[in-house]
Amino acid sequence: MTAPLQPMLALRNLNKRFGALTVTDNVSFNIKQGEFHAIIGPNGAGKTTLIHQISGVLPSDSGHVLLEGEDVTALSLPQRVRRGLVRSFQITSILPGFSALENVALAVQARLGTSFRFFGRAAEEETLNAPALAALNEVGLAHRADVRAGLLSHGEKRQLELAIALAAEPKVLLLDEPLAGTGIEESAALVALLQKLRGRMTIVLIEHDMEAVFSLAERVSVMVYGRIIASGTPAEVRDNREVRIAYLGEEAA
Amino acid sequence: MTPDLGPSQRGLIAREVIPFVLFAAFAVIPLAAAFGAESYLLSLVTRVMIFAIAAISLDLILGYGALVSFGHAAFLGIGAYAVGMLGAHGIKDAAVQLPAALGAAAVFALITGALSLRTKGVYFIMITLAFGQMAFFLAVSLAAYGGDDGMTLSGRTKLLGVDWIKKDRHFYYVTLGLLIAVYVLCRSLVVSRFGRVIRGARENPQRMEAIGFSLFRYQLAIYVIAGTLCGLAGFLLANQTEFVSPAYMTWQRSGDLIVMVVLGGLGSLHGAVIGAAAFLLLEEWLSGFTEHWKLIFGPFLVLVVLFARGGLMGALERLGLKGGSK
Repeated sequence: MTAPLQPMLALRNLNKRFGALTVTDNVSFNIKQGEFHAIIGPNGAGKTTLIHQISGVLPSDSGHVLLEGEDVTALSLPQRVRRGLVRSFQITSILPGFSALENVALAVQARLGTSFRFFGRAAEEETLNAPALAALNEVGLAHRADVRAGLLSHGEKRQLELAIALAAEPKVLLLDEPLAGTGIEESAALVALLQKLRGRMTIVLIEHDMEAVFSLAERVSVMVYGRIIASGTPAEVRDNREVRIAYLGEEAA
Repeated sequence: MTPDLGPSQRGLIAREVIPFVLFAAFAVIPLAAAFGAESYLLSLVTRVMIFAIAAISLDLILGYGALVSFGHAAFLGIGAYAVGMLGAHGIKDAAVQLPAALGAAAVFALITGALSLRTKGVYFIMITLAFGQMAFFLAVSLAAYGGDDGMTLSGRTKLLGVDWIKKDRHFYYVTLGLLIAVYVLCRSLVVSRFGRVIRGARENPQRMEAIGFSLFRYQLAIYVIAGTLCGLAGFLLANQTEFVSPAYMTWQRSGDLIVMVVLGGLGSLHGAVIGAAAFLLLEEWLSGFTEHWKLIFGPFLVLVVLFARGGLMGALERLGLKGGSK
């Protein structure tokens, strides 16, 4: 009935303070199903904190996070992941001692929800490895499946992290600077990959690479000092006076 | 760094061969012992195997889970006291004693684990130590069961009325059988889906939570499994010595167990067996020279930690690698 009109992800008056510093200041927005939404802003604007609050890494002081209309504010990070709210990290977060395949297979295992199984070799389970390999293939890392994750190059680790997130079959994918620290070629490959994911799931992207943001996002929100000061299509945001001031300074605007 | 592709080839030989050699050696020792000081050797090696079970159980949480429990001896004491206390009331059958020992250890692990696992790092070490000390002082306060002095059992446990472990040789093989069973069980556990979650949490707990694992329940489960298995070691220890005392669960004993696991090599299971054997045999041998044997043992431990990364097991694996690549 009202389901199609319901936003996939909604924030309602989200707040976070560290002592006297307000890092997230009454943030509210709606993101439609399938939307590719970028959040940009200068360093220290509170973008990563916001992702932490949406994903459940950090508790919010007040406000609500709604996933498909359901309040998930009180849920922990793993509980939100199991509901389809999946995130990546700005600083690469993988299991360095496990093979690339096992890194992804664990995400499949988490999703299939039966980890109180004490017998049988998990590493040889086709039901876990097949979807894991498919996810690796999708990010172009299938040929490195058996390599220990800690030995992958930086760009490959970022690809791996994306494969892990995909294997969790997210409804909403939160990406915290997926291009951080990657070279030009690696970065182009990742952007092409994100382009492929457009529309398949709802994506919230934090990124400093403006070229990438404006080529990928359908809508862009601009965050400055913990507040969303503008939200709209890339073109609208580019022409917004407040945004220009925030980015380029008073005179330039 | 050694080229290391996927599930490592490194030390594969060591991993497959060493446990086999180890258990085969345990199996033939009684035959050799028949020609010499039989009862001395049997009792020494039985003790090694009992502590090997305890060390394996600690390796599950310490080596695979990276949870540094400093109160593991409590489970040893609880298993032992289950035997002693039931025995004092005339209940001497394993059919009752064994489930009681394992059950008591499991319940203690469930309660203390549920509280301890809410903390991390050094706080986890401190709180497990505190629970261990609580168990120790509880045992000291049990005046009816010997209090400080402990109590002597009136004989070993029977099995459905049969004296199955009365003879040292029988007891030896029962202990060996249980050690192998515990080893095989744990071996299977650590590569299962469950074990993979535990190993993943050791490497990067944040990553594991970000793919949807609520780690607490898995860590509590492994804590209870480890405590229960250590309760089995306690059951055997009480039977071997036919004596139960609070000394089984001092914090020094918990420290000894950690030393055994680290000495042998964390996270390999048979490393714990080797560590228990090395610890107890060195103790036996060195204390023959001087009562201050720890003055020699201490520096030896420092050397192993500094120069043999991965403990004795790590050193053996490196030897295996060299041998294998020839």
